[in-house]
Amino acid sequence: MSGRTRPERRPARREDAGGPVPAHDVLKSLLGAWALAACSPREAAAVEEHLGGCGDCAEEALRLRAAVGLLHPPESLDLDPGLRTRVLESCLERRPARIPVPAWAAPYDAETARLDALLQDIRDPDWHAPVRLRWFEGESAASRRTTVAGVIAHLMSVDGLVAAALGLADPLADTPADPPTPTARTEAYWRAAHCPPTRSVRTPWRSQTHALVRTVSRADGTEPADAVGPEKATVPYGGFELPLRDALLDRAFECWVHAEDIADAVDYPYDPPAPRHLHGMIDLAARMLPGVLAERRRAGLAAPGRARHLVTAGAPGRSLRLEIEGSGGGQWLIPLDSPGAVGSADHEVAHVALDGVEFCHLAAGHIAPREAAAGQTGDRDAIRDVLYAAASLSRM
Amino acid sequence: MAKKDAPPRWDSGMQQRLARGEAAALGELYDRFASLVHGLAHRVLGDEQGADAVTREVFAHVWQHPDAYDPRQGPLRTWVATLTHRLAVQRLRALGAAALTDGGEGSPEELEHRVRRASVAARADFIVHSMPAPLRAALELAYFQRRDYRQTAADLGVTEDEARRRLRLGLQLLATAHDSAGPGAPPPGYGGAA
Repeated sequence: MSGRTRPERRPARREDAGGPVPAHDVLKSLLGAWALAACSPREAAAVEEHLGGCGDCAEEALRLRAAVGLLHPPESLDLDPGLRTRVLESCLERRPARIPVPAWAAPYDAETARLDALLQDIRDPDWHAPVRLRWFEGESAASRRTTVAGVIAHLMSVDGLVAAALGLADPLADTPADPPTPTARTEAYWRAAHCPPTRSVRTPWRSQTHALVRTVSRADGTEPADAVGPEKATVPYGGFELPLRDALLDRAFECWVHAEDIADAVDYPYDPPAPRHLHGMIDLAARMLPGVLAERRRAGLAAPGRARHLVTAGAPGRSLRLEIEGSGGGQWLIPLDSPGAVGSADHEVAHVALDGVEFCHLAAGHIAPREAAAGQTGDRDAIRDVLYAAASLSRM
Repeated sequence: MAKKDAPPRWDSGMQQRLARGEAAALGELYDRFASLVHGLAHRVLGDEQGADAVTREVFAHVWQHPDAYDPRQGPLRTWVATLTHRLAVQRLRALGAAALTDGGEGSPEELEHRVRRASVAARADFIVHSMPAPLRAALELAYFQRRDYRQTAADLGVTEDEARRRLRLGLQLLATAHDSAGPGAPPPGYGGAA
């Protein structure tokens, strides 16, 4: 009740009330309003007068008045987002799961839960707060305006690629996007909606995330060896595809990046993922870099390979050492001249060091390659190419 | 309220998945009930750490004893709330008793009184959250927004008779939070689904 005061009810005497005294039934029906001080002074006086002579009503009146004392303003307690992991871990220590969530799906499980906790805490109008989605295309930054609810619709549309690959319902089944890229799917979903998305998008988004975790858990390790189980499925992104494990890691990464967009828009704090999850996301980006480098080279956006010798698949090649600092970090040797080559310390031509969260923001297209605070030594072209390739990993 | 012979599908599906030892089900259970559990525990204990500890205990109990819940006896939500209530009150009483043994202030009677009060407050919270939305909306307007019942009726687009009825019925439901037979008795505010 926190110190709120109510206006005093003015006492009114029956003589002043004028008109006939209301019937017993009417007075009885007023007891709730009376207990809440939500009727007119005249009615309140009539009720009180009645209570003196009617035992039943007097008893109920006392009871309802006492009940009013139990009304609390809702406590707006934001649940500690870290509590989920602690609670689940302590449960699983006491009784190990027979059907665990595979370790490779844990980042997705955790990131969707963290975003959902944020959505739980925001107010209705926040769902329409403007959000600018940012990414990096070719040589420059790109962006698209939407709202908090629009971001969730975007996440749901792209998660739908994984759902469809697993044989689950695709939220865009009736809204084909051609080509079925993440961006085209999102635009198609936004276009097909009769009105801008609202907070009602939270439930289908969350149900789909739950269904994905449930499905990959059940499939993991239970498939007969000769069957192509969902675990071995690949997820087509319209143009490229990712193994299921990587796709889910990619979705976890996107979920975190967009959760940060939302948190910024509604002015909430938002932490980076758990170090082991962050590590997996960085590792995925590092593994994708050689392919993106080759693509950019074909498009004339990266310097041609310096070492003129062709690197045969599986052979060591000219490499850049990517050193990621902070929790979740590590070292990766990125082969520069061919996606088929193997990173090699003996062929190291450059060394880049940067913080893990900074690297992820670069890979999300949220900071420009030349603004990335990276310690760098060695071949400048190689460094430039790798930083630009990292930024090119981003999309809407 | 679901009929006793037809438990909601989500509840019985969840119970079966927990029994099968599906970790994903445990996550979904947490996502659905964590704020209820934590909120009730916090109302009883009044501190964050205690509420965290009770939350951990509640989910561990459900996970370790999934068969303790029988979907035919009522909604899972009610069962989880009852369990939370029991564990939170247990903790409040144990902490209070330990403090008394250590020479803290107060008497066993005062402790019992505190336990009773916290218990009623938590039941009241659950009742408010679980009552039909029209009743809750009427109470919200009349109490928190300080609208009289005529304004409440206008805001809700119902007759004045109906507004009076909702306010009275809402408070009658809320008043059952006081109907505790004392320690040991199942908390009646949760619909007797213990």
